[in-house]
Amino acid sequence: MPLVEISNLGVAFSGVPVLHGINLTIEKGEAVGLVGESGCGKSVTWLAALGLLPGKATVSGSVKLGDEELVGSPREKLEHVRGGRIAMIFQDPSSSLNPVLRAGRQIAEAVSLHQGLSGATARAEAIRLMDLVGIPDAARRFDNYPHEFSGGQNQRLMIAMALAGKPDLLVADEPTTALDATIQAQILDLLISLRQETGMAIVFISHDLGAVSQICERVCVMYAGRIVEQCSTEMLFRVPRHPYTRGLFDAIPRLDAGRERLIPIPGTVPQAGRMPAGCAFAPRCAHSSELCHNQVPALSGADGRATACFHPLEEPNASAVSVSASAEKVEFA
Amino acid sequence: MSAANLIEANDLVKTYISRKGLFGTATHVRAVDGVTLSVAPATTLGIVGESGSGKSTTGRLLLGLEEPTEGQVQFDGKPMPQLKSTAWRELRARMQLVFQDPLAALDRRIPIGTQVGEPLDIHAVGSDKERQDRVETLLQSVGLRRDQAGSYPHELSGGQRQRVVIARAIATNPDLLVCDEPVSALDVSIQAQVINLLRDLQETRGIAMAFISHDLKVVRNISDRVAVMYLGRIVEEAASKDIFRRPLHPYTQALVSSVPVPGTALKDRIILQGEPPNPAARPSGCAFHPRCSLATERCRVEVPAFVTVEAGRKAACHLVPAASEN
Repeated sequence: MPLVEISNLGVAFSGVPVLHGINLTIEKGEAVGLVGESGCGKSVTWLAALGLLPGKATVSGSVKLGDEELVGSPREKLEHVRGGRIAMIFQDPSSSLNPVLRAGRQIAEAVSLHQGLSGATARAEAIRLMDLVGIPDAARRFDNYPHEFSGGQNQRLMIAMALAGKPDLLVADEPTTALDATIQAQILDLLISLRQETGMAIVFISHDLGAVSQICERVCVMYAGRIVEQCSTEMLFRVPRHPYTRGLFDAIPRLDAGRERLIPIPGTVPQAGRMPAGCAFAPRCAHSSELCHNQVPALSGADGRATACFHPLEEPNASAVSVSASAEKVEFA
Repeated sequence: MSAANLIEANDLVKTYISRKGLFGTATHVRAVDGVTLSVAPATTLGIVGESGSGKSTTGRLLLGLEEPTEGQVQFDGKPMPQLKSTAWRELRARMQLVFQDPLAALDRRIPIGTQVGEPLDIHAVGSDKERQDRVETLLQSVGLRRDQAGSYPHELSGGQRQRVVIARAIATNPDLLVCDEPVSALDVSIQAQVINLLRDLQETRGIAMAFISHDLKVVRNISDRVAVMYLGRIVEEAASKDIFRRPLHPYTQALVSSVPVPGTALKDRIILQGEPPNPAARPSGCAFHPRCSLATERCRVEVPAFVTVEAGRKAACHLVPAASEN
């Protein structure tokens, strides 16, 4: 049984649909990346799953954590799941921490909520977690306030707090975007080693394809509220098949390349209220046909990869790819 | 330094006074600490570094928006006039700044055409009719439509807003453009559009650019030369094609290594320990030594000089030997 099974998840804000039926399965211990540009719905998917969206949002579909249905379930049940079985960390750690409470106390609070410890044992566990995420001299820094830590250390504190409930799944929403390059490398390294030690699954939400490829075995590319391509990281980077994925790769300059002109994707992402009739990417796509403008392509495929496109790009040597991919059989709805 | 450079900065130092509490003792923070650089016409100098490395302050010093505590900036062979003097105001037309956040750089209550035309009004360029024509030409040259002159910033997308900021910056035909993280707030598909636009404008108008960014991939693509800053100092400077292929300074090596390359796993990478130090508590000797795996006793004591290490390459590291002819 998969750890989390999202089926046909839809979200609308004040009647305007922003998420159009997401199907996604997370296995135990797996690291899955969600990539896409701002507004594509990669964060909303998980905020909806955990019941963290504001009241004007209507959520449809189903999110199953094991046997439990999360969509529409009562608050007490969700509170048990949030931070307990599924923990989430966000982009800006300093706004997620309470500035007027000592950092250690905030972690100890999470420890006592989720592990039922109190007093000196909760404190000891919080110090152990701070130590685990690489805060130097954790015992002495327990009583420091968040502003006395740097941005990278604040993100480490958030990760420590997320680990307090011993979660089965850590949802990391752009955890390294606000950090400097060398600190970003440290946090990615930390997430990889924590996953090895604890065996928890990770969902890594990012717009940075490079960062995603460091952590995840599987990637979902999202565009305008839909998953448009889904496959193993290795395969996605070798042969992207959706024109949007390919466009993203071409638009990012490479460190090891020269000063050649970049190939941008023309136009802009459509607004949520003004979606084109067919494929949302069709107006920006060089391969679009009459069909693309009238009908929405379904996410389909075999051999561990799926693409939502009527005219996917050809793989140079399709036979070699299918051989290497046949080992992992993934079902797509 | 050759006379052909459009702008030259020599030994720039900028000290800010920081006070802990109302009655605390004042400490001097050297945000920029001895920066020497130059930009030739129609070329781009990329300035990279982490937050607090002094790259934005360097940009403001180059534009003369702040007065250096020590050292001086020469623009077109002449020293920078005094802040807010008449000569300084006239110079504004020849050097412009593009900011990171276009929404903050634009006035939400004024149509974009008026905002793009504002520099022309300030510097009294042409008649009213000529200005209006020029605004429309400017909007077209950055890829907007003429009829969008009446739009307000909120009616445009993030990428279009940045185009408006760029159109305003090039309105007076400047010789120098300082771009401070101009694409960091944009999505990747839009980022490429704006980078290409900046390169086209440079080619057609011969604008010199100082391109400040923390994104090494973007800097690699847009720059001719690159300066790497660490804690207020330039630690390495070289041609863009050399510095990323073969970084010499240990900090540059770590920076280059920290860029995740799509499709490769996280191994054989240099992951630096610790954080960039606080400029108010600069480590002794080489400021990078507490995080450097190669640091020796000498690095702890002696500040390395910024010297030529190869033809066209400079670095400040005791472990990178200076070129013999120097």
